[in-house]
Formats: sequence, structure tokens, C-alpha cells
Amino acid sequence: MADVPQDAPEHCPGTESDSAGKSSACQGCPNQTLCSTAPKGPDPVILEIQQKLASVKHKIMVVSGKGGVGKSTFTAHLAHGLASSDTVQVGVLDVDICGPSIPTIMGLEGEQVHQSSSGWSPIYVTDNLAVMSVGFLLKGPEDAVIWRGPRKNGLIKQFLRDVDWGELDFLLIDTPPGTSDEHLSVVQYLNGAGIDGAIVLTTPQEVSLLDVRKEINFCQRVELPVIGVVENMSMFVCPKCKKDSIIFPATTGGGEKMAADFNIPFLGRLPLDPRIGKCCDEGKSFLEEVPDSPATDAFKSIIEKIRDYCSKRPVNKDTETGEAAAQS
Amino acid sequence: MFILTSLVFNDGVKKSSYSTCVNNIVSNILQSSTLVPTPVGMERLKSVQHVIVVLSGKGGVGKSTVAVQLALALRAKGKKVGLLDVDLCGPSIPKMFNLEGQSIHQCSEGWLPVYVDPEQKLGVMSIAFLLENEEEAVIWRGPKKTAMIRQFLSDVHWQDTEYLIIDTPPGTSDEHISVMENLRAFNPDGAILVTTPQAVAVGDVRRELTFCRKTGIPVIGIIENMSGYMCPHCSECTNIFSSGGGEALAKEAGVQFLGCVPVTKELAAGVSAGQSATQLPSVPAIEKVADRLIALDKDLP
Ligand SMILES: Nc1ncnc2c1ncn2[C@@H]1O[C@H](COP(=O)(O)OP(=O)(O)OP(=O)(O)O)[C@@H](O)[C@H]1O
Ligand SMILES: Nc1ncnc2c1ncn2[C@@H]1O[C@H](COP(=O)(O)OP(=O)(O)OP(=O)(O)O)[C@@H](O)[C@H]1O
Ligand SMILES: [Mg+2]
Ligand SMILES: [Mg+2]
Ligand SMILES: [Zn+2]
Repeated sequence: MADVPQDAPEHCPGTESDSAGKSSACQGCPNQTLCSTAPKGPDPVILEIQQKLASVKHKIMVVSGKGGVGKSTFTAHLAHGLASSDTVQVGVLDVDICGPSIPTIMGLEGEQVHQSSSGWSPIYVTDNLAVMSVGFLLKGPEDAVIWRGPRKNGLIKQFLRDVDWGELDFLLIDTPPGTSDEHLSVVQYLNGAGIDGAIVLTTPQEVSLLDVRKEINFCQRVELPVIGVVENMSMFVCPKCKKDSIIFPATTGGGEKMAADFNIPFLGRLPLDPRIGKCCDEGKSFLEEVPDSPATDAFKSIIEKIRDYCSKRPVNKDTETGEAAAQS
Repeated sequence: MFILTSLVFNDGVKKSSYSTCVNNIVSNILQSSTLVPTPVGMERLKSVQHVIVVLSGKGGVGKSTVAVQLALALRAKGKKVGLLDVDLCGPSIPKMFNLEGQSIHQCSEGWLPVYVDPEQKLGVMSIAFLLENEEEAVIWRGPKKTAMIRQFLSDVHWQDTEYLIIDTPPGTSDEHISVMENLRAFNPDGAILVTTPQAVAVGDVRRELTFCRKTGIPVIGIIENMSGYMCPHCSECTNIFSSGGGEALAKEAGVQFLGCVPVTKELAAGVSAGQSATQLPSVPAIEKVADRLIALDKDLP
């Protein structure tokens, strides 16, 4: 039985079973409460989501164990970069429920979601760039979402099932830091639809790498492929004298060595550039505002690698290859 | 298809070295998660005189750095300090004190924090001390996190700690709600909110202020971290992350502004080099916060 945890008692009915947490063998098992309250069996919503997202070719998660390393900044600029060709349709889904930054970074503060007959309409930055965030459901900028895990999971389910994205080439999912409810829920709900992979953001210093290694460990344990590691805020170029200096030193080898240690691709480095922070605060695309700078080139090269990775993957593997049918 | 429900159970908590005590931990966690939070079982916290929570809606703004610096500043002023890390998925405090690989010991009074110094003036408690392997992810949903935090608050023997500082992950969710619910009966001194100057951070901290208001925890004030960076080549000070956002927010919300901490190489590097934060130079803005906290205490009857 695949669903018997390592520390389970003898005669464990399995965590997916109807009697999970309720059979006599469960008495005294440390996992009893969890089992008896957790939902049983594959959630039917996984199939619904798979059908809903059949029109989305590639799904990418942006993750990091560490806070503030630039997940949202990167997600937004990956979206701008991909959507720079008019024929590519891009969607951004922000599942940072308690700290949504995407509305500010993409210049959509104060927007409200509209309900249509085919679901929730995302907010459009341009015709080919659509965004959904809990920020569009709040009454005002000081409105706090004080929710425990289950409510966050409920909203993520709705975001995946009820948003009317239409045809998309890329759906980018921005996550909060950590390895908890939001991450598990996205991976779980997209189990049928399939995720192309995760981009792991880090900064160079060990305090970040420590948490980011845990995130990679998470990806491995939920069998989420890692597209690669991006190191952000690698060095600083003084706007006055143009010389480099290192603010966050890579005393333990930085993102590149960590990627090598895990045998996963290293996608590149992004410098610290005050103009990136400013563009984020003003909701503008740095790639458009500052078309030639080392940071812009670095962004473009990383985006190219991601586009490349996706183009080598079968489009929407489950629907086109019939893998899903073979699985169930 | 892999099975996610079983995954939550492989929690990476040490099973071998501390087998008796850790199995207890795990089963206590799970059992206590069904209880309604009440101060029952929280008697050990009574010996702690002051509780301060470090919060921010935003990630990476320096909550852990500020918590560590504040603990060091209070210790330098002769106080006995405890530092509780409730960031379960991304604990940083043990790393910052170079305490990785240490384990928690149990005595008849409860779990003993890991002390940074032989004088035992600064004790740390973190989930990192319960993990078998530093790289292992703690893949827990809310209820398990809630139970672990409850256990941290109820079972740690802080002895006669004068100041207990609690470092939190970003957000306004399980960890924060649990800390507030369990602490309410102990009249915590309040929360210190950390922000960086950018709009993105200030926006999240604005939401955190609402959280403080709704959960009834007083706000001691706002610290703006990483305000400016001085180029080592030409001494030009650049506001990498713009500036002034923290002070403006404090004014707008009518709470104290506690000062700015500039980007300093020591803070960025020191904690990263396998050294302990105890070797870092002190941060003037945080010294002042410590003085203020102590003065606050004297003003009380
Ligand atoms: N390369 C860079 N140069 C300058 N500023 C940057 C850079 N990358 C990110 N920033 C700024 O750093 C801050 C943190 O970035 P961001 O919000 O994207 O991080 P995050 O990982 O999404 O954070 P959280 O964990 O809170 O979700 C933002 O204010 C952003 O504008
Ligand atoms: N004033 C500063 N100058 C230079 N570096 C700093 C400063 N404050 C914090 N840092 C560095 O910034 C990074 C993030 O800080 P820290 O880990 O304290 O943030 P946090 O808010 O606790 O993050 P998380 O949300 O992940 O818990 C760390 O590498 C830290 O060393
Ligand atoms: Mg973010
Ligand atoms: Mg921290
Ligand atoms: Zn310079």
C-alpha cells in the first residue's frame, strides 16, 4: 500500500481509506486526527481542473524557501518577457494569499475581479497578459487576509477551477515562501493537469540557500521537475561610479554551486539594480523601461532558457498523449 | 500518481537520536491539535516577563536579523533573553548563531532551549533543532504547524527569561494566528513590524498592521530595514530599495517609527560565513529599540 506512512501502526488502513483515522488500529496513532479529518481519495476537483486547464499549454511554478528573494519580481518579468510577442498568451496566478505583491508589481492595484458566465475574469495588463490575485478580491490596501490553511486552500482551488483564462501558452504561478499549504495545494490540484516544472529563486547568501535547499527537497518529494535555479541580487553596480560591489556574498558558492550539488540546471544571475525595485513599485515592466542594461540582458537570457525548456516538452502532456487516461 | 496525503506524514522530524522525546513530541502535537486553544498548559510562559513578536507581511525584509540583533542588544544590557523561531518551513535563527546540528534536551521542567553562551543569557528554540537533516523540507499543512507552535509555547522551559522574542515567517496565517491566540492571556508587550522601504513591502506591512489590530496585539513600532547602501568605491549612498516608506507608513497608521537600519555588509555577510551573529557589531537603531523597551518597562507600575 503506497499510502501507509512510515510511522504507521500495524494494520493501518491507509491514509486514503474511508476508515482512515477511524479504525481500531488508528487508536493512539500520532496521525489519527490528521487522517480522520483529511479528505479521502483523489479529489474529484483534480479532474475538473484538468479539463478547465486543457486550454493552457504550459504551467510553471515560481518558488523559493526564502522570503523576499524576488519570486514575484521574477514572475512578473517572466510574464512580460514571454508576452512581448503578441501571439503568445500569458497568464499569471498569484497564490500568495496573505501577501499578494503581483497587483502592485504589474500595475493593477485597486482592480476588482468580475464574475462572468464562464467563471472569474482575470485582469488584463495587455490583450495577451492576464492576471489573477487575491489582491483583486480585497476591499482596500489595508485589508488583511487572516486565514488559516484550509481557507487558503479553498481559494486556490477556486483560482484553478473557476478562472476563465481562455487559451494560454503559459500560466505562471507565483507562490509565497515555504513548503506548506499553498505549495501542496497547487501541486495536488494540478496533479491531473500537470505542471511543466518549477523555477527556484534564491539570493547568493547562505541564509537563503539553507531554505532554498529545503524547497528543492520539496520539489523532489512531490515529483515536481525543477526547470532551474535563478540567482537574484547577485551583485550591485553603483549608479555613480559604475563599479561592482557584492552586497550579499556567496560565501558557500551561491546559487550556481547549489544547483550543481542537486544536479539541476542553473539558469543565470540577476544583478541588484535599484531601477528594478522602482519599476516594481510603479507597476511597470523593467524590460520595457530600461531596454538595455546588464539586468535586462540577464532577464532575457534566462527567459529564453525557460522558453526553450517548455518548447522541448510535449504540449499539455495529459490531453495530447493520453497519459492521464493510461494512469487512471 | 503520487500520494500527497501520505506525504504530510513524512515530516523529517528526527526519529532516531532522540527517539523517546521526539515520538512524544509528534504524538503530543497531533493530540493537542484537537484542543481549543486556552492558556491551560501554558504555565511555563508565566515566568517570562516580556513577550515581543517580530512581524512583517513581507518576506526577506530582515525579521530574523532584527530579532537576533534585538536579542543581542537586550542581552548586552544585562537581560536574560529567549528567542523563539516559529518559522517552521524556513527557520533561520539557528544558522544565524551558527548552532546548526544542535539538539534539544529535555529536563523534568520541559524542553531546554539551546543556549548561545555559556552564561545561558540567550536561549534559542527552533524547529531546526528537531530536524535530522538540514536540507529536509518540513512539508506541513496548517494544523500540524499550529500544534508545533502550541508545543513550543507550552513545553519550553524558559526559566526566568526576562524578554522572549518571537521570530515569525511572513504573512498573516496559521503561525501568526496561533501565536496570538496562545499569547493573548499573557499580555504580550507587543509587536515590532519590520519593513523595507519599497511599496511592495510597505503594502504587506500595512496589512500586517490590520492583523495586529484585529488580533488585539499592541504595535510597539515599525523598523525600516535596508534603507540605503553606501558604495565602497565612491561612498555614494544609493537607496537600492528606495527610502522613507517605513516612516511614512508609521505616520499614516499613527504608530511609532523606531528608526532605519541601513544595508551593511556585516549584516549581509556575517550571518552567512559560518560565524555567529554574536560576533557582529551592534546596530545603533536596534540598540535604541532595546533602550526603549527597557524604558517602557520602568514606566509601568
Ligand atoms: N534584482 C533586483 N534588484 C533590485 N531590487 C529587486 C531585485 N529583485 C527584487 N527586488 C526588489 O526586492 C523586493 C523583494 O522582491 P519580491 O517581492 O519579488 O520578492 P518575493 O520573493 O516575491 O517576496 P515574498 O517572499 O514576500 O513573496 C521587491 O521590493 C523588489 O522590487
Ligand atoms: N540591514 C541589512 N543589511 C544587509 N543585509 C541584511 C540586512 N538585514 C537583513 N539582511 C540580510 O537579508 C537577508 C534576509 O534577512 P532575514 O533572513 O533576516 O529576513 P526575514 O524577514 O527573516 O526573511 P524570511 O521572510 O525568509 O523569514 C539575510 O541574508 C540577511 O542577512
Ligand atoms: Mg512574492
Ligand atoms: Mg526569517
Ligand atoms: Zn560608486
